[in-house]
Amino acid sequence: MRRYLLRRGGIGLVQILVVATAVFWLAEALPGDAAVVAAGDDPDPARIALIREQLGLDEPASQRYLSWLTGLATGDLGSSLRTGQPVTELLAPALGPTVVLAVVTLAVLLPLALTLGVTAAVRADGWYDRAVSTTTVALNAVPEFALAVLLVAVFALQLGVLPATAVGATGSSLLAEPSLLALPVAVLLCRSLCALTRLVRAGMVDALDAEYVAYARRHGVTGGRLLLRHALPNALPPAVQQLARTADWLIGGIIVVEAVFAVPGVSSVLVTAVSTRDIPVVQALAVLFAVVTVAVNLLADLVCHRLAPRSAVVT
Amino acid sequence: MPLPRLTRRAVLARAGLAGAGLAGAATLLGACGRGAADSAASGDQPRRGGDLAVAFQTGGSQETLDPHAASLFVDGARGKALFDKLVDLAGDMTPVLRLAETLEPDDEARVWRATLREATFHDGSPVTADDVLYSFARILEPDSGRRAAAQLAPLDLDASRAVDARTVELVLDRPVAEFATALAAFGAWIVPAGSEDFTAPVGSGPFRFGSFTPGGSLVVERFDDYWEGAPHLDTVEFVPVNEETARINALVGGQVGYAHDLSVTSARTYADESRVEILAAPGSLMHAFAMKLDRPPFDDPHVRAAFRLLADRTELVDTALAGMGEVGNDLFGKGLRFYADHLPQRERDLDQARDLLDRAGADGLSVTLHTAEAGGGLVDAAALFAEQAAQAGVDVRVEVGDADTFWADSFADGAISSYRSGVMPIATHIGNRLLSDASQNITRWQDEQFDDRYAEMQRTVDDDARGEMLGEMQQQLHESCGLLVWGFADWLVGTADGVHGVQGAPPNTLEWARFDRVWRD
Repeated sequence: MRRYLLRRGGIGLVQILVVATAVFWLAEALPGDAAVVAAGDDPDPARIALIREQLGLDEPASQRYLSWLTGLATGDLGSSLRTGQPVTELLAPALGPTVVLAVVTLAVLLPLALTLGVTAAVRADGWYDRAVSTTTVALNAVPEFALAVLLVAVFALQLGVLPATAVGATGSSLLAEPSLLALPVAVLLCRSLCALTRLVRAGMVDALDAEYVAYARRHGVTGGRLLLRHALPNALPPAVQQLARTADWLIGGIIVVEAVFAVPGVSSVLVTAVSTRDIPVVQALAVLFAVVTVAVNLLADLVCHRLAPRSAVVT
Repeated sequence: MPLPRLTRRAVLARAGLAGAGLAGAATLLGACGRGAADSAASGDQPRRGGDLAVAFQTGGSQETLDPHAASLFVDGARGKALFDKLVDLAGDMTPVLRLAETLEPDDEARVWRATLREATFHDGSPVTADDVLYSFARILEPDSGRRAAAQLAPLDLDASRAVDARTVELVLDRPVAEFATALAAFGAWIVPAGSEDFTAPVGSGPFRFGSFTPGGSLVVERFDDYWEGAPHLDTVEFVPVNEETARINALVGGQVGYAHDLSVTSARTYADESRVEILAAPGSLMHAFAMKLDRPPFDDPHVRAAFRLLADRTELVDTALAGMGEVGNDLFGKGLRFYADHLPQRERDLDQARDLLDRAGADGLSVTLHTAEAGGGLVDAAALFAEQAAQAGVDVRVEVGDADTFWADSFADGAISSYRSGVMPIATHIGNRLLSDASQNITRWQDEQFDDRYAEMQRTVDDDARGEMLGEMQQQLHESCGLLVWGFADWLVGTADGVHGVQGAPPNTLEWARFDRVWRD
């Protein structure tokens, strides 16, 4: 197990480095640089050259990449080109709202998807099963942006029952005022519920048909106990894998949702950083997303292994 | 088919400000009278108390409260709440005295003497001549790239001095008759002498600092000892909302009482909505195509003249600005002080345009028009102009570039590109963009006689005489410069029901984002 973890950790590190490198050169490939954007609509060449010099952008890109890499090795993510703040200081306040959104979404998503999937599987192909799958597929088909606009128009602007945006919120105030979270979380749920519910259902249908469940039935195990103790653990591994992918997808979905609902989270930092060519901040976020993705997938593999030790750990 | 126009209940800053006529010769307006017309319910008595949340775009802001580092609208609005300038500008760019109680030039417009009002900073200390000199020295620090530095550049700091605590003598290295408007430059705020740390800034503005989270909200509180009288509101909270959709939603949903910089689409959607009011400030944003005079085909004046006759300005305004604007006449500053409105409006004339192109030997001409989504209406206008040009057999190819770097790219490359500008005094526009050595000279307009005329204008203290010279210069520009000014867009902000005292005003002018005159039901 330890060897496995070391190996997976090593692979994860390589993946993170590859992502960071790719993002750096992609950002370099964007037209213009931080100095040009900072000059705005007063693009006096002399002024741009001066800003470039002040920001150290006159050094070749390869050199800047290397110095960023050595900084990273010592845990230093560098400073924002736009504000001069250390990147960590700039990101810290934005992490709260984003983490709250992600955690609350997952906390609702998991029990909901499990309940829907298991109950649908018990009477597979019955009317309830069809209703669940029709609804989740339909919701999955609507792009986040459209869904968000629709929900705001109906629940906030027409009915006035929920706040239209989360302006001025912070991580803690989001938790204190659940109504602010209602619409953003609803949008994120609608998109992620479908795949997870279907996988739980499919896994359950297979498990309920399996030999060991029939064996348990013959020994008088019935009802909830049969479902939860005997069938579910074997049904879950594919769903857990899907959940890991959902976590990746959440990062992308959250970026759209944050913009529409004015949640002051990571996405506004990212959008600003890209449009102002603030490469150190873009890099830091790329590393952050990569770390989250690698960690979540590793965790998912470990959980699958615990749930159904017979299944080989995916490597 | 033209769209119905919105009714403009905004107070127009055309005939000077409410309660103050146009400035007479060599005198400046005093501070604008109290109780500026409320757009919705004039006659209502302002009520004291209440909080107001205001939504601005902050993406790309430095997120510092250092007023001299200001670069975006939100910086301007925050700065205005916390600080004062000596002078500000009315909607038509007439200087209005603020911290300065009097401002007098000598006969050569080289030495300007200002006396200060009895004003105090938020820490109780008086505003003095030393604070003024310190602030200007800080703005002019070399290599600091501070926004107001270009306009205050003529200041000779060594020669300038404090005559007494409330009198300051500002000496210039050249005559600048328009120096009052330079004192109103964006970012020319007065800070207490010695200020370096702006984490909890102290100013003399109508609101004192409450709390600030970089990237988040700024809360400011009423300053009871403000020289112009205490604001009505208890607090104003500036909340960052970068998406326009979210700004209008927050306003309609009642989460904010004021939303800055709304789109034409939002203005039309909510025109009849009782929960919000859309305020339009006409003439706020010039829209143009900039032709570079130093390269073909626009080095030929015939080609420039022809292009100006290709444009159907009314159609451009109705389509690209959805009718929320007015047509331009190839000159900057429609409606502003000293604007040459005696010049005839240029109309479309395809026959004459073809004739001019023939004479230039530019038959079957093909040019690339550079544009980008760097602002509302830019790409639409470029595409429409290309269609209009095609009707005269001129091939205009629209190339949409990167929005973030568009201004720098279009300044350096290409022969013709989309161009736009907010309001500023006409003399400032000429000084920044049309002199031979001007750093923002996108059209490469270079004319020695014109430069001399400008210098002479800056030596002329008499307003009427100066206006006449500016009129002649504009006539020359109207005939042959590189700007095809097709329209002026309204600037749109919104207020929630029950918020009073907000005026539609061009960005960065005195009445814009002026929350000390705002009250709530």
